[in-house]
Amino acid sequence: MIKSILIFNNHGKPRLIRFYQFFPEDMQQQIIRETFHLVSKRDDSVCNFLEGGSLIGGSDYKLIYRHYATLYFVFCVDSCESELGILDLIQVFVETLDKCFENVCELDLIFHVDKVHYILQQVVMGGMVLETNMNEIVAQVENQNRLEKSEGGLSAAPARAVSAVKNMNLPEIPRNINIGDINIKVPNLSPFV
Amino acid sequence: MPAVSKGDGMRGLAVFISDIRNCKSKEAEIKRINKELANIRSKFKGDKALDGYSKKKYVCKLLFIFLLGHDIDFGHMEAVNLLSSNRYTEKQIGYLFISVLVNSNSELIRLINNGIKNDLASRNPTFMNLALHCIANVGSREMAEAFTADIPKILVAGDTMDSVKQSAALCLLRLNRTSPDLVPMGEWTSRVVHLLNDQHLGVVTAATSLITTLAQKNPEEFKMSVSLAVSRLSRIVTSASTDLQDYTYYFVPAPWLSVKLLRLLQCYPPPEEGAVRGRLTECLETILNKAQEPPKSKKVQHSNAKNAVLFEAISLIIHHDSEPNLLVRACNQLGQFLQHRETNLRYLALESMCTLASSEFSHEAVKTHIETVINALKTERDVSVRQRAVDLLYAMCDRSNAQQIVAEMLNYLETADYSIREEIVLKVAILAEKYAVDYTWYVDTILNLIRIAGDYVSEEVWYRVIQIVINRDDVQGYSAKTVFEALQAPACHENLVKVGGYILGEFGNLIAGDPRSSPLIQFNLLHSKFHLCSVPTRALLLSTYIKFVNLFPEIKATIQDVLRSDSQLRNADVELQQRAVEYLRLSCIASTDILATVLEEMPPFPERESSILTKLKKKKGPGKVPDMEETKKERNSDMNGSTEPVSVNSSAVTMSTPSTSTDLLGLGLAPVLNSVAPASAGGSLLVDVFSDNSPAVASLAPTAEENFSSPRIGSADVVSDDPAAAVHDADELVNKFVCKNNGVLFENQLMQIGLKSEFRQNLGRMYIFYGNKTSTQFLSFSTAVICQDALKTHILLHLFCITKQVDPAVDGGAQVQQILNIECVSDFMEAPILNIQFRYGGALQNMSVKLPVTLNKFFQPTEMTSQDFFQRWKQLSIPQQEVQKIFKAKHPMDTEVTKAKIIGFGVALLDMVDPNPSNFTGAGVIHTKNIQVGCLLRLEPNTQAQMYRLTLRTSRETVSQRLCELLSEQF
Repeated sequence: MIKSILIFNNHGKPRLIRFYQFFPEDMQQQIIRETFHLVSKRDDSVCNFLEGGSLIGGSDYKLIYRHYATLYFVFCVDSCESELGILDLIQVFVETLDKCFENVCELDLIFHVDKVHYILQQVVMGGMVLETNMNEIVAQVENQNRLEKSEGGLSAAPARAVSAVKNMNLPEIPRNINIGDINIKVPNLSPFV
Repeated sequence: MPAVSKGDGMRGLAVFISDIRNCKSKEAEIKRINKELANIRSKFKGDKALDGYSKKKYVCKLLFIFLLGHDIDFGHMEAVNLLSSNRYTEKQIGYLFISVLVNSNSELIRLINNGIKNDLASRNPTFMNLALHCIANVGSREMAEAFTADIPKILVAGDTMDSVKQSAALCLLRLNRTSPDLVPMGEWTSRVVHLLNDQHLGVVTAATSLITTLAQKNPEEFKMSVSLAVSRLSRIVTSASTDLQDYTYYFVPAPWLSVKLLRLLQCYPPPEEGAVRGRLTECLETILNKAQEPPKSKKVQHSNAKNAVLFEAISLIIHHDSEPNLLVRACNQLGQFLQHRETNLRYLALESMCTLASSEFSHEAVKTHIETVINALKTERDVSVRQRAVDLLYAMCDRSNAQQIVAEMLNYLETADYSIREEIVLKVAILAEKYAVDYTWYVDTILNLIRIAGDYVSEEVWYRVIQIVINRDDVQGYSAKTVFEALQAPACHENLVKVGGYILGEFGNLIAGDPRSSPLIQFNLLHSKFHLCSVPTRALLLSTYIKFVNLFPEIKATIQDVLRSDSQLRNADVELQQRAVEYLRLSCIASTDILATVLEEMPPFPERESSILTKLKKKKGPGKVPDMEETKKERNSDMNGSTEPVSVNSSAVTMSTPSTSTDLLGLGLAPVLNSVAPASAGGSLLVDVFSDNSPAVASLAPTAEENFSSPRIGSADVVSDDPAAAVHDADELVNKFVCKNNGVLFENQLMQIGLKSEFRQNLGRMYIFYGNKTSTQFLSFSTAVICQDALKTHILLHLFCITKQVDPAVDGGAQVQQILNIECVSDFMEAPILNIQFRYGGALQNMSVKLPVTLNKFFQPTEMTSQDFFQRWKQLSIPQQEVQKIFKAKHPMDTEVTKAKIIGFGVALLDMVDPNPSNFTGAGVIHTKNIQVGCLLRLEPNTQAQMYRLTLRTSRETVSQRLCELLSEQF
């Protein structure tokens, strides 16, 4: 079972947190800090698995993570999950994000928290893998978009907000970073809060 | 107007986020957030009804604030409103908020459940999915109660959409995890199993997860899933990579489903039916074959997915452990991975090989990779991989390669990461002992361990080496010589001094013949380390010296001089001082014969499982081993004795009257000597109650104090899942003991449990007496103390027992005694539970009694004047600090009895404080390790109405409440 999913940036700022087991809020923040501490000091060439920090249950749990440009995607899982399977699941999740946001970047996660949560919900439910077929997931998301549009075009607003911020705050031209297969466009922003 | 606010609304969110981002400091950020929270709060509370859109916007803001790590304690109501809306966008945000910010407010849950119920009944698949997601993500008991009946119906209904089926399966799985008792099994099970044949692979994946969990609990009921899973797997494995269309991931057909199916099969032994078995073997062979084929893609995703299936297949092969051919192939495959350039694969290969090493078919095959593994230990850059390599070396070790592996581990230890040193030390110690043919090698290894990583050598390790040396006379001389040499290093670790002190004290005579290690040289060598050591070690060395007095009468005068010196006789540490005084007296008064008897060589320890092994197992959990109190001999002044963790008492020897000393010493033989061996006994009999499992169980099998046998009477396994199941009249018993410390705790036809307890500050000690009231022996007698989850962090129980009983049998009419050491860490509510098990006339008896460890036991009375009392009373004026209760008298209202009870409660009874003389006032301080809580109380009796009014003021709300509960039951 997946116990929690944490996404934070290179500075440890959480961008998405999801716990499938109850932890009090301050504990959640402590777990994020501990996990960031454990993961961030590892360089990119080492393996993608490590034993969980003591807060989340120690060596009974594994942290399986991937590092994409400015973001860490960390899944904390128990021994019932296949490590490589989860690693690929992260990849599916990120590729889906990339499809839905067209070149996903950290900002998309910030300004579309609700949508990112929705996509994640299509992949993982209650700590278990729900769907792994990317086309199916994207179809669900498009379905959602249609529904939103039919309810008055609200979804356009956040998009406008993002594009406003993106255009407003870019001191340099965005650069492309090639990670694995997906191009994640990373605007070269000063560290985001 | 609405149109504008909608357009600007989301910009409001964007602007807020940008604002936060522009904050230059943490303070500015907090300020901005508080401003926003205040704004949202006022909007929510405002008179003007908000439209759904604004609610959505504010809820989004709250989510963002929550993400930044701020507590959100409102907005739930608005979220519930949103999720009840008919607009999808609002509903979705409402559900999201509830799933992320779970709140256990029951009123709220009722409203949420209402919304969910409507959505489940809506037949709108999107809404149904949202509702199912919410149930699965929150998974609370209330939800389980409300929906366990509906969800299976949705799952197996013929007209349910695929995506809803998927969600329903996982939702049911989640509820089964959180509230297994509520999820009914029944007619739907076979239909769930047949979901394995579903057209839609997403449904099959979800169903497989569900079935795997259910099958772990009810293997029989889901047995038919095996053949279905095998045929499904076979179809996937043999399919062309394009057959499964969207479920093909980078040319690998349905990797997640394959992994899940292979996991499901690991719940069962190899299929009995020949055809199924053959088909499965075929599948596994195909998967192994595919690993040898050239990759269809260079992408890492392709190899990841392929290998995920492969590793799972290997796990299944190892689990079945029945096909030597497959096992060897698996081993070879893993061997290839050991040298793969992908770190992930090396890591996983090492991990899988660990389990493979325990199979008799493949153990030899695993051993052939020893060089690669050792190399990994030396060259891997990643500590997690190195750790796996250590694990594997440990698993593949046997008599043939033990010397090599231990040497390599010792080598590695010199540069190992600090985080894994302790574990390596334990592993080396265990292997060295287990595979020692030649015990000189063992002794060398342990001394090396101490030299290389002394700080990481735990007590257990050096206790164990001493046990072994004492038990094997062939190695004693060698040990004495080796430690003597090791001690000559200018700087040696304190653990070495301990081992050295102990061994020379016992066997120093064996090397005394050599002029280079004459008695005086030995003594001077040890004494040169004395001043650098901590108190427990010095205490041990003092015992060594007195043993030297017996072994080497020629240096008796020198030793007496040392003992007599002010630094010993007037040592600030009470333990050292006492030892010095007593040993000095002993050496002066006792005749050589008596000395020889008292200070005789230690008797061999009974053989038993290594305590190090227990420790290693424990290490796997996060539990910290608390500072252990050493086994102490009982003595009058126990509670006045030291509170430092290691106090090795030697004080059973009272030397005041020489005439009785012979007698006393005869009895006191063990105590004096054992004090030197502080105790291996302590180390193993004390059980860490912080183990990860809840409820924590500390077992205290009755064993002799001289006897180091470990408490493994299996009580940990037997204790029922629900410890409170048979707790006897729990609270009543506890209440009986609130104001007193001694008495009969429990009695039935079979046995009587008596208690004597003493408390001082935050420490306590409880003597528990178990009396067998029958004439028949109790067999397999074992006891355990269980702390509920919440309690674990608040009180520490150190348990050990003293009894003359060596085996766990209690004779008819006999009484055995146990001691429970208690440390109060912070304030607590629940009392620990004592669980007792034994066999009486063939039937297993199991009983649980609440132990009367209540918060007021840690009171220290405080005397104060009337003026002080009222001044402090006024200081504690915050409403939460005061608890008041008015209650009816249950007993006759006798002033003297009431006084006695208040004093018994632990506070000082303050006369002349209250202007009304018939009222009682008291003051005391609750001592816990973390804090001290001052407490003032006032009891006002009203004899006419037969009522009392009790008022308590303490600096902590919880303490006030608990004390009020406890005390109000007493009158």
